[in-house]
Amino acid sequence: MDNLVEVKDIYFKRGDTLIYEDVSVQVPRGKVTAIMGPSGCGKTTLLRLIGGQLKPQKGSIRFADYEITKLGRSQLFEARKRMSMLFQSGALFSDLTVFENVAFPLREHTDLPADIIATVVKMKLEAVGLRGAGTLFPQELSGGMARRAALARSIALDPELIMYDEPFAGQDPISMGMLVKLIRSLNSTLGLTSIVVSHDIHEVMSIADHVVILANKTVVGQGSPEELKQNGNALVQQFLQGEPDGPVPFHYPASEYKSDLLAGGRAK
Amino acid sequence: MNFFINIGRNTLNTLRGVGAASIMLFQALVGKPQPRKMFPLLIRQLYVVGVQSMLIILISGLFIGMVLGLQGYTILVDFGAEQALGPMVALSLLRELGPVVTALLFAGRAGSALTAEIGLMRATEQLSSLEMMAVDPLRRVVAPRFWAGFISMPLLALMFSAIGIYGGFLVGVQWLGVDDGAFWSVMQASVEWQNDIMNGVIKSLVFAIVVTWIALYKGYTAAPTSPGISAATTQTVVYSSLAVLGLDFILTAVMFG
Repeated sequence: MDNLVEVKDIYFKRGDTLIYEDVSVQVPRGKVTAIMGPSGCGKTTLLRLIGGQLKPQKGSIRFADYEITKLGRSQLFEARKRMSMLFQSGALFSDLTVFENVAFPLREHTDLPADIIATVVKMKLEAVGLRGAGTLFPQELSGGMARRAALARSIALDPELIMYDEPFAGQDPISMGMLVKLIRSLNSTLGLTSIVVSHDIHEVMSIADHVVILANKTVVGQGSPEELKQNGNALVQQFLQGEPDGPVPFHYPASEYKSDLLAGGRAK
Repeated sequence: MNFFINIGRNTLNTLRGVGAASIMLFQALVGKPQPRKMFPLLIRQLYVVGVQSMLIILISGLFIGMVLGLQGYTILVDFGAEQALGPMVALSLLRELGPVVTALLFAGRAGSALTAEIGLMRATEQLSSLEMMAVDPLRRVVAPRFWAGFISMPLLALMFSAIGIYGGFLVGVQWLGVDDGAFWSVMQASVEWQNDIMNGVIKSLVFAIVVTWIALYKGYTAAPTSPGISAATTQTVVYSSLAVLGLDFILTAVMFG
């Protein structure tokens, strides 16, 4: 299978905290790959590593023909023109209208005349259903609309890879449904490769072709949604079933309960 | 022992900070110029950083000039030297108060705003999203703000001195009755272009670099949380004020010592 992104044996430490140990992830070209895992396991970090905003201490990250870990500043910016990221907050520029936000990457990276830029922006906004909202400012949008506007901006330059950081977090069921449909349909109509970081299992499993589950600083399961449902790993099953206790314990590690209570008012 | 370890650690951290700040400024300013893109951004920042600081600068300048006129007169009149009020007011402003007070006010008015703005852009992932759009936030966000500070501070300092001299004139000549002709002619005779005006401008340029640089670095590296941004804003004002006062002493010693 042809992989657009290949993360191989990376080891990543932030400060003194070890985030990844020997993590390898393949992202097949033209498919939707979901990255799931408990909160705090470093899912977003993986996206930032692929985008080159962070550098692993060991290992390699290949995107298309680029070895991301070895690129200099200007080459990294070249590579980033071919990928795109949808941030959790949308990260729309608050001093620009929706239209100007979507036009921004086009103005930065192309010399297209104004009327062609306007046409492209309208097409991108139509694709996310916000053509009528071009004159609004980000603070006038609802959370779901802001995320769709940001999505229009991230497909403005027709990237090969688009990374979604928690696209469904804090969305009502209607906006969630719209986003799920958009991610799937954009992937097939534009021939994109998508990476979706999320822990909304049902939504993600319904659109993903390939699923990676991260936990305990490494990959605990990888494969198609069907393969994962058959996976024997207890951690994978706990995550997919959403059980409160299991390999990921309900209790944060603590001293023995009885002796702690008898110790009186002091927190230990 | 701990005392020495702390000194060493703090020194290393400070040097590391200076190094990181230098790299940031270098990457922001050095590179292929893109005048078509940069010019509108610069104009906008000149408005935000410079024009919007004008009111506080002009009002402060007027009052400081008036106070100088009043204080100078009460001292000089005892020696029958009130004609020297003109040069006293003008030299104090051009050599010292203009550049220094402007820099301090600028740090409080524009520097803190720059830090908070960039810190918030970091917190709301706008800087990260620029990076991911292959747009260098150092060139796009930091550079125009730096140049705007560099250009506007000397101009603000000159305005401060000019309106301060007018304030001194109002109090000294219009109110206390110093001779009008003497006030201006003695001032004209004793203020030198190179020694007084240009040295003031040079001071102002140095302060502009330091204050804007500190403000941008503190914003760019602020922790993306509310306490982080508030700490960064405070540090901008404290560090740049101290740096301005310290550098002022050194520059004065070199220029007039």
